[in-house]
Amino acid sequence: MNQVPWSDDQPIVSIKDVHKSFGDLEVLKGISMDVMKGEVVCIIGPSGSGKSTLIRCINALNDIQSGSIEVEGIEVNDKKLNKLELRKKVGMVFQQYNLFPHKTAIENVMMAPIKVLKQSPKEVEDIARNLIKKVRLEGKENSYPGELSGGQQQRVAIARSLAMNPDVMLFDEVTAALDPETVKEVLVTIKDLAEEGMTCMLVTHEMGFAKEIADHIYFTDRGVIVEHGSPATFFDNAKDERTKEFLSQIL
Amino acid sequence: MKNRSNPQPKIPGIQSAPRTDLPVLKPFTARAAGEVDDLLFSRWLTSTPAWAWLVLVLLIVVWPGVTAAATNYTMTQAFQALWRWIPFIVKDGFFYNVIISFFAMLIGTLVGVVLGLMQISPSGFIRLPAKIITQVFRNSPWLVLLFIVLLALPFEIEIGDKIIRIPDWMKAVFGLCLPIMANISEVVRGAINSVPSGQWEASESLAYTRQQTLWQVILPQCFKRMIPPWMNWYAILTMATPLCSLLGVEELITLSRQAIEAENNRPELLVPFYGFALLIFFAYCYPIARATIALERRFAVKL
Repeated sequence: MNQVPWSDDQPIVSIKDVHKSFGDLEVLKGISMDVMKGEVVCIIGPSGSGKSTLIRCINALNDIQSGSIEVEGIEVNDKKLNKLELRKKVGMVFQQYNLFPHKTAIENVMMAPIKVLKQSPKEVEDIARNLIKKVRLEGKENSYPGELSGGQQQRVAIARSLAMNPDVMLFDEVTAALDPETVKEVLVTIKDLAEEGMTCMLVTHEMGFAKEIADHIYFTDRGVIVEHGSPATFFDNAKDERTKEFLSQIL
Repeated sequence: MKNRSNPQPKIPGIQSAPRTDLPVLKPFTARAAGEVDDLLFSRWLTSTPAWAWLVLVLLIVVWPGVTAAATNYTMTQAFQALWRWIPFIVKDGFFYNVIISFFAMLIGTLVGVVLGLMQISPSGFIRLPAKIITQVFRNSPWLVLLFIVLLALPFEIEIGDKIIRIPDWMKAVFGLCLPIMANISEVVRGAINSVPSGQWEASESLAYTRQQTLWQVILPQCFKRMIPPWMNWYAILTMATPLCSLLGVEELITLSRQAIEAENNRPELLVPFYGFALLIFFAYCYPIARATIALERRFAVKL
């Protein structure tokens, strides 16, 4: 595996000229971005613009055709990539929660550290209880996913991902399947995380939320980054016509 | 359960006769194109109305009466003959149907599960042979498979200077387990594919290996879904065991025929004897089909 030494002052995620196609359809046409440790990055854009694909490429759920993605110095676009090592560093939360329906909330959180990281079940249980507390789901430890609301399931999914102690968290439209009332409880959880210094990359349609927590905003359209900048400059002084049009429709 | 005694009112047009002469849209069960209902047999068997039993029994009782009018062999005599033979037919005959179906199911399931898992392997070298084996045995006539196995397998095996005879029922087990194996393989593959792909992705993103994902996340979820089709296949297999009689394996039908021969081949005996065979198969398979449908309903709600 091609791992270069990595230190905190280098980008934790470094994406350079990434191209990705599904068959004839080119979804990413040369995307580049750097994310520093502790930064919160929001990727926004119309549907079909490749945001989710980009974020899935970062933990190798999708492979890329050319370009380079480095996570803490691990090159993702490498045939000999040790996917397991990469995924221990990168946590991911999905739009559809994808909790394991045959396990309780706390078992969902505990499974991966015990089975994958081979940690002792007793230690893991303490960690898991704290995580459940952190996502404000005390008392729901022994509920099955089917008994929880969408927002609660999504928070369990966040706790499950955090249990692996990742350095980067990827959020793929995590509130898109939720009703407006429960969106907030999930966003609060993510905000807590961001404030604790977790490096977060979010694909989101919640503009207000992006404005509030992001350090950096990227706007993608048709597989390229059209514009990026800090929330203040992005939302108030967008330069590109496409961005302006998108924002005027959304805000 | 209290609400058992207080049944819900029936939905007109669906559970009872429609109260209107307008067309009624029946509930639609979604099936992907080309998908086969793998519980077809159990559904058919449980849909048998309650009076089917009665007709069957009546047929057995009345038919000899009708023929008796033409001959001097009375109905009572026919039933006395059946009664004499029942212990022999059941103990030495139906017992083997059960034994054959049990072992064919056991072996078929074990091999079928392995084949099914091979069918979802990412490696083509493993997947392709499994697919071919599955499709070949799934689409072959059972009787032909039985013939091949019974005639191709040696009568005896020599181990050192000992000669062990393979009993016919064991060969039948081997012949019948082949189609069962192929069908269970498809059941396993179908159940695994029915788990949403999000489950694979979530496990992948938690750094599970493929093996871990399969055994800890996917298979525990499939297990429940596999039970109803599995029982369905057991009922079908049991119904297929009389095929062995064509090859001289001693089982219910073979012995019934021998019993009729021993009673001078009287035609009045045909309906009581074979009717009894029908009844005993029905009595054995009907509860299985009922349980299959009940389990399927219960699991369907949860998933």
